[in-house]
Amino acid sequence: MTEQAIPASPVEADIETFGALVDKEPQKPPRSQWKDVWDQFRKHKGAVFGGGFLLFITLGVVFGPWLWDVDPKTLDIRNKNWRPIYTLLWESDAKAGWAHPFGTDQLGRDILAQMIAGGRVSMAVGWLAMALALLIGTAIGVLSGYFKRLDFLLMRFTDLVLSLPILPLTLLAVTLFRQPLNSRFGPEAGMFILIVGIIGLTSWMQTARIVRGDILALKEREFILAARSIGTTSGKIIRRHLLPNVISPIMVSATLGLATAIITESALSFLGVGFPSDYPTWGKLLADAVQRMQDFPERVLLPGIAISLTVLSVNYLGDGLRDALDPRIRGR
Amino acid sequence: MLTFTLRRLILSIPTLLFISLIIFGLLQLAPGDPMAQVPLTVPPEVKQKMREALGLGAPWYVQYYKWLIQFFWIEPKVFIDYLTNTSALLGWLPDTNFYQDELRVISWQTRSPVMDIVVQRMPQTLWVVGLSYIVGIVIAIPIGIYSAYRHYSIFDQAGTFVTMIGFSIPPFFTGPLLIVIFSVYLGWLPSIYDTTHVVNDWESFKVQFYQMIMPVMVLALQTTAQISRYMRGAMLDNLNQDYVRTARAKGLREGVVVMVHVLRNSMIPVVTVIALGMPAIFGGAIITENVFKVNGIGQLLLTALFANDLPMVMTLTFIFAILIVLFNLIADVLYGLLDPRIRYD
Repeated sequence: MTEQAIPASPVEADIETFGALVDKEPQKPPRSQWKDVWDQFRKHKGAVFGGGFLLFITLGVVFGPWLWDVDPKTLDIRNKNWRPIYTLLWESDAKAGWAHPFGTDQLGRDILAQMIAGGRVSMAVGWLAMALALLIGTAIGVLSGYFKRLDFLLMRFTDLVLSLPILPLTLLAVTLFRQPLNSRFGPEAGMFILIVGIIGLTSWMQTARIVRGDILALKEREFILAARSIGTTSGKIIRRHLLPNVISPIMVSATLGLATAIITESALSFLGVGFPSDYPTWGKLLADAVQRMQDFPERVLLPGIAISLTVLSVNYLGDGLRDALDPRIRGR
Repeated sequence: MLTFTLRRLILSIPTLLFISLIIFGLLQLAPGDPMAQVPLTVPPEVKQKMREALGLGAPWYVQYYKWLIQFFWIEPKVFIDYLTNTSALLGWLPDTNFYQDELRVISWQTRSPVMDIVVQRMPQTLWVVGLSYIVGIVIAIPIGIYSAYRHYSIFDQAGTFVTMIGFSIPPFFTGPLLIVIFSVYLGWLPSIYDTTHVVNDWESFKVQFYQMIMPVMVLALQTTAQISRYMRGAMLDNLNQDYVRTARAKGLREGVVVMVHVLRNSMIPVVTVIALGMPAIFGGAIITENVFKVNGIGQLLLTALFANDLPMVMTLTFIFAILIVLFNLIADVLYGLLDPRIRYD
């Protein structure tokens, strides 16, 4: 699969006598699978925008604190309730300015800095919970697809978990286990572990089902038979032959998982069972702002738009990935 | 089909038992103490007696067993008595007096039976949730049909974009957003849902109608997004089938081909999705009820959670679980009924 020039044949003279056998066009260099995927992915405008925006938001919240080095927790009561900079467009004497481009809240904390800090938490929860769900889902999917003995048990278990009422149970678990985890890891780290754990533990089922289905079909194929006939162990077969082949459904469900995790975390914060109150996340900022949204609608809009745009871009990314990774659609 | 339904019904009993055990286990592991609010002046031995009066002294399996008896045996008895004594529907039947003052599931907050409170709250949730689901379906199906029929047209592109937005914007953002626009700036609609409002004439009906618009639309947006996508996908699958070409070739009008032949076949997966989405809508109602201050069961669950009212939380969560299991069953049975290719034996 390397892109080297085709070596000249030593019997070139012979071939020239059979002119019909010579290719008129120069041979194309071979293409790798991932190049095909990338070409198909580029055709999906929404997916490219989505991927770009997700990258932008992720980099923004990771490197934001260095670019905008205002502490999100500093209280500045004299400069409270600033409006965002764009209010100057229609109201020239509004309390606004470049010192706080997104304004300040009722305690004078800078909203841009809070948005960046909140985004860090929301994205971290999203990525980690998604990774956890993928890990569990893939493990259960592979085990139940590959080992016939485990299949019945694991799939019944998956069905059972699927029929659990997820949101009520999540609410329940967060309220009940907040105290012990907080006392062990501190209020912020404890809550973080709790929320990531709960979201991860309650959203692996779809991945497990999809992976199991694909593994069931793949393990009857000839290349698995060939691998087994030369004495490859089960672990090796799974790692080297099966997992690389189910990477595409896993990637698609990863995007779905990221979107659900971000929304669930924000919903928990919104319902008042999420992170402690001085610890900003997008959902928390939105929930705190709802009380005074008549006077300061931007405080609801900014975190709400951040959540919605992130989830929207993740969903578009997933759509594009699904098309790009499906070899039946590719090339059309 | 009947045997399949029966088998699924019987299989759902262990599922429900398992779920109730999980919820119960979670509550048992919880460190919360219902006596935490009792003043410190109360001596410990009195506190111990109070705990025993709440049934907390017994080992967990006794508590679980008693809860099971209360929920599956005593509460149905109360319900049947209610049906035959006071309800208009079955009131003509002879009075059954099954309920003999056994202990029902008692809320720790109000000291009244949990099911009585649930029955009070249920209509509000059902009105908002049920209506929003119907509105969502009614909007979604035509959108799905038309955007599949005019594949890649402007309408299809716009529809796909709007459904993507409906998927992505969470209800706790659309809710406040709509309140800001329609209650604060325009002042057209009330921001709080008044559940004590009584409809008895045209004016009060109008008030009721206005206050229901926003909660219903917020919930309906999600339903619409999901169902119109499935509808579009199912229609697209069917529009390229051979039988559609046959129908056109024998001279049927386009309306008949699309609305009768294709639509009927495309509805099979969509009906399943509609049934499966029902429990998720109840989950979403927890958030919507919180935004619009509807005092339905979602709000009841939240207040019970914060008040550490374990019997109430247990019962409500279990009701959500019953809903999920029930609608999964309905979806499976409907799928088999509608699609003659599916055979469950």
